[in-house]
Amino acid sequence: MDLYLPIAEMSVNALVIAGLGGLVGFLSGMFGVGGGFLTTPLLIFYGIPPSVAVASAATQITGASLSGVRAHWRRGGVDPKMGVVLIVGGVIGSTLGSFVFKALKAVGQIDFIISVSYVLFLGVVGGLMLVESTRAILRARSGVARPPSRRHHHGLLHRLPFRMRFPRSGLYISPLAPLALGAAVGMMTAIMGVGGGFLLVPAMIYLLGMSTAVVVGTSLFQIIFVTAAVTVLHAVNTRSVDIILAILLLVGGVVGAQFGARVAQRLGGEHLRAALGLIVFLVSARLAVELMIRPSEIFSVVLETAL
Amino acid sequence: MIRAFAGLLLLVMLGGAAAGPRLITDLSQSRIDIEYTFAGADLLMFGAIDRTTMRPDRKLDLVVVVRSPAQPVVVRQKERVAGVWLNTRSVRFQTVPGYYSVSTTRPIGDLVDPRMAAIYEFGIDNLHFSPAETERSAEELRTFQAGLIDLRRRGGLFTETIGGVRVVEGVLFRARARLPGDVPVGEYRVYVFLVEKGRVIAQTSVPLTVGKSGFERAVYTFAQENSVSYGLLAVAIALAAGWVAGAIMRK
Repeated sequence: MDLYLPIAEMSVNALVIAGLGGLVGFLSGMFGVGGGFLTTPLLIFYGIPPSVAVASAATQITGASLSGVRAHWRRGGVDPKMGVVLIVGGVIGSTLGSFVFKALKAVGQIDFIISVSYVLFLGVVGGLMLVESTRAILRARSGVARPPSRRHHHGLLHRLPFRMRFPRSGLYISPLAPLALGAAVGMMTAIMGVGGGFLLVPAMIYLLGMSTAVVVGTSLFQIIFVTAAVTVLHAVNTRSVDIILAILLLVGGVVGAQFGARVAQRLGGEHLRAALGLIVFLVSARLAVELMIRPSEIFSVVLETAL
Repeated sequence: MIRAFAGLLLLVMLGGAAAGPRLITDLSQSRIDIEYTFAGADLLMFGAIDRTTMRPDRKLDLVVVVRSPAQPVVVRQKERVAGVWLNTRSVRFQTVPGYYSVSTTRPIGDLVDPRMAAIYEFGIDNLHFSPAETERSAEELRTFQAGLIDLRRRGGLFTETIGGVRVVEGVLFRARARLPGDVPVGEYRVYVFLVEKGRVIAQTSVPLTVGKSGFERAVYTFAQENSVSYGLLAVAIALAAGWVAGAIMRK
């Protein structure tokens, strides 16, 4: 079923795109991640222009995160105060990011930077998850009790000024740290078209030392607002948000997420994390190989008006 | 269609006041609408040669060209740098048609000499792209031009059909052009050239509009002209979809 995308200016197979959204939705339902790190590269593999893929994936993540945050909100798994600090940082970061995106596009290096960023971030995060969850599984098998999780206290973090209390997160820290974290992730959202949950969640646990009960919910809460801001920024700066594409992804994602959530209930937490780590790592490896082998197209053409 | 043909024939018969041969051309549609199911279009170009002032045994050939407005483009070339492939060099071409299709009765080389082919831009290899860079060598420019042509050819945006123009009884002619799904929008022109003994003895052109229509046009125009509202609407749609999805999943 062919459908013409008015902003991407090409016709795509609607079922393939919805299926792609469904696959990502399945994974996001299963693992509780937004899945932008998969949507954007898959769309680019399909032939959607990278700028349209990044911008439209951000739109889709807004919807996917809202559907995910509701359950967390009901059981008090969101720290709105921490969320607001992260959002302020995220909006600053994504504004900067969208200008960087525009500048890189003009010099023809945006595709390369997107790929390299993916390889680095996904490679590191996927590798760490894989190692960490494998250890946990082995520990569980050998019957050794899991060591109690240690609260990290970074000297530098606690020397920052203007300390604030975040009761739900169980923290008394300077808002500058989450602000900077939010900004870094916001920048990634604008450039890479990811929600950034895969980076935000470990950073909140290991860097900020937030209570794990509110980490995923707060991360989703922040992602809703930052991806919404990125959608508007891209709509204004690069005019590359394709509503039709985003809707197709959303429709597929809604269906997929339901199945994913059901499968997740039957799998253990460690196995789930190991599987996600493996997927993240494989996407990174695939992109790395892509960068190194001779591309099928040596030449590319861009309209000067699109720069 | 038949009526249009009959009308043309009548015109040909009644005409004849002009000194040289004349060409009368029409299209199956003067506007190609890009709507949500658009996956390309077939254009039929037809017409007649008014040869009342000519001796009937003269051998005539036709060249039919469809082209979109010329656009400035940047062509980039990837190279291997430290193990990875990335864009290194680029060339700006100022006048590249987004779509170009040529159909002829016989091979272009048999119709006109290379100089005439270059003047009239008959054939893909005779298009003038007007490179903007001056420091690149002629050979480099040719490589980039070849890369650009190869991409567009495989994408169906540049086509060349030898024998694609059918002439009936030396009077009526027709040719087809296939426009792919990602054809650029704009004010196109369809040119018909009448060629005899290496010279163009008559030519005519008709306009063709390729544009988004209906919903697609509305979305595109909205995104261009009210980009802030468009962005906000996109967010609103995503939020609504997410809310509904969350509500369904709760059950």
